[in-house]
Amino acid sequence: MTAVFSDRIDIALRVNGEEVEARVPAGRHLVDFLRLDLGLTGAHASCEHGVCGACTVKVDGQAIRGCLMLAAQADGADVWTVEGLSDTGDLSDLQAAFVARNALQCGFCTPGMLVAAQELLAQPGIPSRHAIREHLSGNYCRCTGYEAIVDAIESTAQARADRGVA
Amino acid sequence: MNAHLKMDKPDDRNRLDDMAQGLLGTAMDRPEGPLKVTGTATYAHEAHQPGMLHGVLVRATIARGTLDGVEAAAVEKMPGVRKVMWGDKFLRNPAQGTANKAPVQGSSEIYYIGQPVALVVADSFEAARHGAQSLELRMTAGTAVPDAKADGVAVERPEKKQSSMGDLKAAMQDAAFTVDQRYTTPGHNSAPMEPHSAIAWWDGDQLTLHASNQMLKYNVNEVADSLGIDPENVHLLAPYVGGGFGSKLGISPDAVAAALAAKELGVPVSVMLTRQQVFENVMRRSETAQDFQLAADKDGVLRGIGHTARVSQLPDESFAEPVTQATPFLYKGENRETHMEIVRVNQTCAGSVRAPGEAVGLTALEIAMDELAVATGIDPVELRKRNIPDRSPGEDKPFSSHKLAEALDDGAAIFGWADRKKGATDGEWLIGYGMSSAARVNMIGESHARVTLNPDGTLLIETDMTDIGTGTYAILTQIAGEMLGVPQDRIETRLGDSKLPKSAGSGGSWGASSAGSSVYMACEKLRQTIAAKLNCDEGDLTLKDGTATFANKQTPLTDLVGDAPMVVEGAIEPGKTQKDFRQATFGSFFCEVGVNSVTGEVRLRRMHGSFAAGRILNAKTARSQCLGGMTFGIGMALTEELIQDTRDGHLVNHDLAEYHIPVNADVPQLSVNFIAERDPYANPMQAKGIGELGICGAGAAIINAIYDATGVRVRDLPATMDKILPGLPDV
Repeated sequence: MTAVFSDRIDIALRVNGEEVEARVPAGRHLVDFLRLDLGLTGAHASCEHGVCGACTVKVDGQAIRGCLMLAAQADGADVWTVEGLSDTGDLSDLQAAFVARNALQCGFCTPGMLVAAQELLAQPGIPSRHAIREHLSGNYCRCTGYEAIVDAIESTAQARADRGVA
Repeated sequence: MNAHLKMDKPDDRNRLDDMAQGLLGTAMDRPEGPLKVTGTATYAHEAHQPGMLHGVLVRATIARGTLDGVEAAAVEKMPGVRKVMWGDKFLRNPAQGTANKAPVQGSSEIYYIGQPVALVVADSFEAARHGAQSLELRMTAGTAVPDAKADGVAVERPEKKQSSMGDLKAAMQDAAFTVDQRYTTPGHNSAPMEPHSAIAWWDGDQLTLHASNQMLKYNVNEVADSLGIDPENVHLLAPYVGGGFGSKLGISPDAVAAALAAKELGVPVSVMLTRQQVFENVMRRSETAQDFQLAADKDGVLRGIGHTARVSQLPDESFAEPVTQATPFLYKGENRETHMEIVRVNQTCAGSVRAPGEAVGLTALEIAMDELAVATGIDPVELRKRNIPDRSPGEDKPFSSHKLAEALDDGAAIFGWADRKKGATDGEWLIGYGMSSAARVNMIGESHARVTLNPDGTLLIETDMTDIGTGTYAILTQIAGEMLGVPQDRIETRLGDSKLPKSAGSGGSWGASSAGSSVYMACEKLRQTIAAKLNCDEGDLTLKDGTATFANKQTPLTDLVGDAPMVVEGAIEPGKTQKDFRQATFGSFFCEVGVNSVTGEVRLRRMHGSFAAGRILNAKTARSQCLGGMTFGIGMALTEELIQDTRDGHLVNHDLAEYHIPVNADVPQLSVNFIAERDPYANPMQAKGIGELGICGAGAAIINAIYDATGVRVRDLPATMDKILPGLPDV
């Protein structure tokens, strides 16, 4: 066991559009790699076993749990965190809606919530409130602003449809 | 300059209603929102330092006994491990809210499974975790009391927690209608999304600590006392806190462990609790067993209330879930008994979880009231209105302000209570409707804030108050902006730094009222100073958008400030209005549930809450607080339950997969409405606490709706399928 944990693995991946090369402990999870090695602390570790969604990031176009994926598994992957998605402006309308609707309180779940919501919004059509609730039920919010979160996502979907971008 | 108010007299001037800026009470966006949606708000485990090491706590695996030693050498040989630590400074459990001193300390005495008794520090988090998992503890088992419900368990009945009035026994005998039932609630965990974490480093004898804390004024003293150092040498930072719900009122074991390790190794050390450790270490709400006796006359008016509650707690902890807290004042009845019983157990420490007391005590009372409504045949809303007292009957105190009747009527009207249909179905779902009252005691704590009006017309607000998601950044900005006529974009609010003026902190729903009033006091003094410069009375001064107006003459604030900033420290402290009057917030809950006639599954279909909490400071953050409280109530009614192994007190469901907090799909359409109220006894803003009211009684409305749908009365929460299914009619 000890030998396995002391192993270091070389990885090369793209994070938020930039090439990254690193040597990581074999047992390091992607979320810890992002937070501790790259200083990208937007994704948060909360339940640490894939239940709560606070660590949700985008890997090769898919929303995944940063606490269930090892950094070594992300070798060659294209990873996007809330910081990178903020810089590109892809999330700006959704982020504005979250602030306007008070869809965040303590804010700890928010980055993961945004990445999960963005995945839903990328699908065609305007999701129903029921569909939004279903899609986001893997993202916990203990301040329990669910109502406002659904409001923010629904209004963003509507606005994108009105602009003809979804 | 200073401005200090002890709240000995009511303040019914309602000065904030006279202000012109139009910022307070609006749905202003929270100023820190942009940081939180971009992942740039810095929580406790984000102040990563160069050369920082990682510590992982090691848990005791026996319920009672001694730690005689640890096999440190073997672990210290592991790659990357720097140090194994244990000793007499480790916290047995977190400090209770406002403790202001160290909790019980020491690794050598083990009191419960999960007690953090050692720390492994390593170069990487992974190496520390591996070391912690590998560390062998040499323990000698003692005799534990693992099960609070075991036969023959010793029961404490503290004299101060018993009260009697009149003759309840006679009232029960003479009553036209009675309820005499036991209600039980399980333990709960706050489960904030941010696990408790700390990063510590030392500069000589100066400790800097980033930690997940709600009440820095007290937390600094708790840290200092735990480490045996001067509080002056502790700099505690918590600018953003990822939820608290009571679990971060006092310091937790991670903070002291990080500080000890950083001192020992001379470098910054971070310690983050795993989610399992959060469940095991950081305060559970005690389970409760509550015996209610209600004695009512033929009109449903209560003549007597009896409430005996049993809770559990670790030895040597003074906190006991104050289950009976609302019983003395909510309803009429001249014959009353309230009694608290405490059982000492070897389990995770019991402490504050959102609305300690009313969250479970009022929920049980409101189920009992529904049973009385059924027995009397009186509409549950009407029954409650008939029982609203003129003064607090159990305390013989006048109310400061009382809006329960209005909240009941308002909630009933918005929900459409009168239009509900008995025996409705929707496919295989049985539909039912339920309601309950809400109530929560209201208070303030001593709080200080500094407000600086700069020569350029900008405002700076500084206090060690925290924003745990509640909206402190927003409301303090709004209070100051309203009082001084400064727009939001010219105001900065700085929080969560122990070097700033000391506030009451976040807890007990008192944060907004306490910290807000200190800002109000400072601003009132600044208004007086500005008025003096214009030779007018403060009351005749209009401040709006950076301009002072008096007698039709407009002067820019920047012209009045001069070259040096105007600085005032404002302070508020509780006084006679808190002692001599029953201050409380009130409300009502109404809900519709569907119960599956085949499986017994309960789905909440819609829920409404109407609340009176004095002046509402921010319409949006206040609504969110209530929605959050109601959702906690949904969890309490349907899913949340800590389960201990009765053999050793071990917490079985110690993670978010097995402890079921409500998720999006569990929470349907919720709505909130506020009743207009100004409570002059509360504080100079006439505002009251809003963070906990939404959970107080919410679960009862759901339980009562389940009864309405099915005729099954659940008296043992949560209302899981196994408790409902046996009572359902055959399909």
